[in-house]
Amino acid sequence: MPASDAPGLPVAPSAGRAWFRFLGSELRLMLSRRRNQAGLGVLAALPVIMAVAVKIASPSAGSGEGPSFLSQIVGNGFFVALTALGVEVGLFLPLAIAMLAGDALAGEAQIGTLRGLLVAPVGRTRLLVTKYVGLVLGGLIGTLVVAVAGLLAGAALFGLHPVVTISGTTLSLGEGLLRLLLVVLYVAAFLAALAAIGLFISTLTDQPLGATVALALLSTTMWILDAIPQLDWLHPWLLVDRQVAFADLLRDPVYWADMRLGLLTDLAYVVVFGLAAWARFANKDITG
Amino acid sequence: MTPALTTSGLTKRFGPQTVVDSIDLDVPAGSVYGFLGPNGSGKTTTIRMVLGLVRPDAGSVSLLGRPMPADLLSVLPKVGALVEGPGFHPYLSGRANLQRLDAADRHADPRTARRRTDAALDRVGLLHAAGKRYRAYSLGMRQRLAIAAALLVPRDMLVLDEPTNGLDPQGTREVRSLIASLGADGVTVLVSSHLLAEVEQICTHLGVMRTGRLVAQGAIASLRESQQASVLVVTPDGALAASTLAGLGLGEVSVSDEGAVGLLGAVAPESVVAALVHAGVAVREFVVRRPRLEDLFIELTGEGFDAGE
Repeated sequence: MPASDAPGLPVAPSAGRAWFRFLGSELRLMLSRRRNQAGLGVLAALPVIMAVAVKIASPSAGSGEGPSFLSQIVGNGFFVALTALGVEVGLFLPLAIAMLAGDALAGEAQIGTLRGLLVAPVGRTRLLVTKYVGLVLGGLIGTLVVAVAGLLAGAALFGLHPVVTISGTTLSLGEGLLRLLLVVLYVAAFLAALAAIGLFISTLTDQPLGATVALALLSTTMWILDAIPQLDWLHPWLLVDRQVAFADLLRDPVYWADMRLGLLTDLAYVVVFGLAAWARFANKDITG
Repeated sequence: MTPALTTSGLTKRFGPQTVVDSIDLDVPAGSVYGFLGPNGSGKTTTIRMVLGLVRPDAGSVSLLGRPMPADLLSVLPKVGALVEGPGFHPYLSGRANLQRLDAADRHADPRTARRRTDAALDRVGLLHAAGKRYRAYSLGMRQRLAIAAALLVPRDMLVLDEPTNGLDPQGTREVRSLIASLGADGVTVLVSSHLLAEVEQICTHLGVMRTGRLVAQGAIASLRESQQASVLVVTPDGALAASTLAGLGLGEVSVSDEGAVGLLGAVAPESVVAALVHAGVAVREFVVRRPRLEDLFIELTGEGFDAGE
């Protein structure tokens, strides 16, 4: 039956529902992919390995190694989650975002699903926004998995106790978990900024692996540059510069200044690269 | 009635190469339009421009009476499309792939999604393999899944780019009868192919591309008529036969080894025979040759490996 037999288009679901339906489809696509499930497994494995290693290596390890949380793990499993986030934010989590960003547009272009979506039709702006929200949620899920795996491993091997802050005060476990949630959100915001760069790179190519490698290299380079003191004039411009500031959430009271700068940097990167991705994708010839 | 699709001066250049050169398509509503041309003649790029995937360098597209790509979001829900072969997620099942496309369409009703995807799968004979991963599909099944994607919701128009690519003869026949039945339902179908034989039987209209140009277009009947039938008279009296033919007004009359030949034009064959007999020509054979569409196609697009040059 031709569509014109029906009065106009079929009764369209509300715009909001349609939007969430497509976002849901995007998340299912991301989470149902075996490779991504394995990636989450790797992210979750690291805190477990760390906790086990600390347990085996130094059953009576002392403290006094400065702000690193590693030394505090023995006394409180809570710190497994924090330590793991601190370690994974440098490479594992950016790598995860790089893989998802490579899939987002370059991957769809490579296997030919992009043209199918665009003639379905999905507006290009809507597709880009949905892809970006998918990446942000993917980053949040990854970060949560690290935190939860860390808490579980820590609880199993060392137990969870009230949290001694860097300032020396003690927070109840509930308050500590709340601070951990803020840490997760702070890291996820960094990943969201990284995802904007990744999405932009993903609009430039039909090779998902190329996009993934490019973002992973870019992220790693920024971490390296940030570690070279002679380049301190450059550091404020680097996305990664304030990312370890999440430790400030474990001060009492919380020291916000650096994190505020970190979030502003995140926002600037999201705006710049988000717009660049849009400018590129909105007019791109889809020939793949 | 508004044409389903028209383009005017549609042009696309990739670098120095003009891939589509100022073409004026005219696809009447309700027609089954065969879009023919050798590989590389610009058919797919034209289709991409029609669907808003590629931006024209010049010219305009009107699809279902609306300008493209300006009205893309309101027009494309009424157009089912298969562009340049199937493209699906290999690790999702056929059904899950269709549901993803359905989720992408703002106008599709999620409550009927399962029923509609299964109906589309059934229509292309894939329902039994709906739960199988796309990775495990044969080439023919992949092609059919792509056609099913175009049938997810009722459409006013279908744009099918090489839908029989990779299908075996049986599959080709099935796709042909599917297109014919859709055409019978009143859906306008634009079907591209590099083989005339694949679409000739089901098309009402043809457009022929060569090296980026539209070299012929029209209703199939009028294209056939545009080809002049010729007559051959086998006789020992060649000269007499030739002058008789010329006297009747036949064109390009000449004497040949066997007798005489000429272009029939508007003259009725029976009156030619009567005149020949009347003039005393000893007619051994009288043959009216109507060129096949295939001959026209080959004449227009060239033959052999130089076809795309």
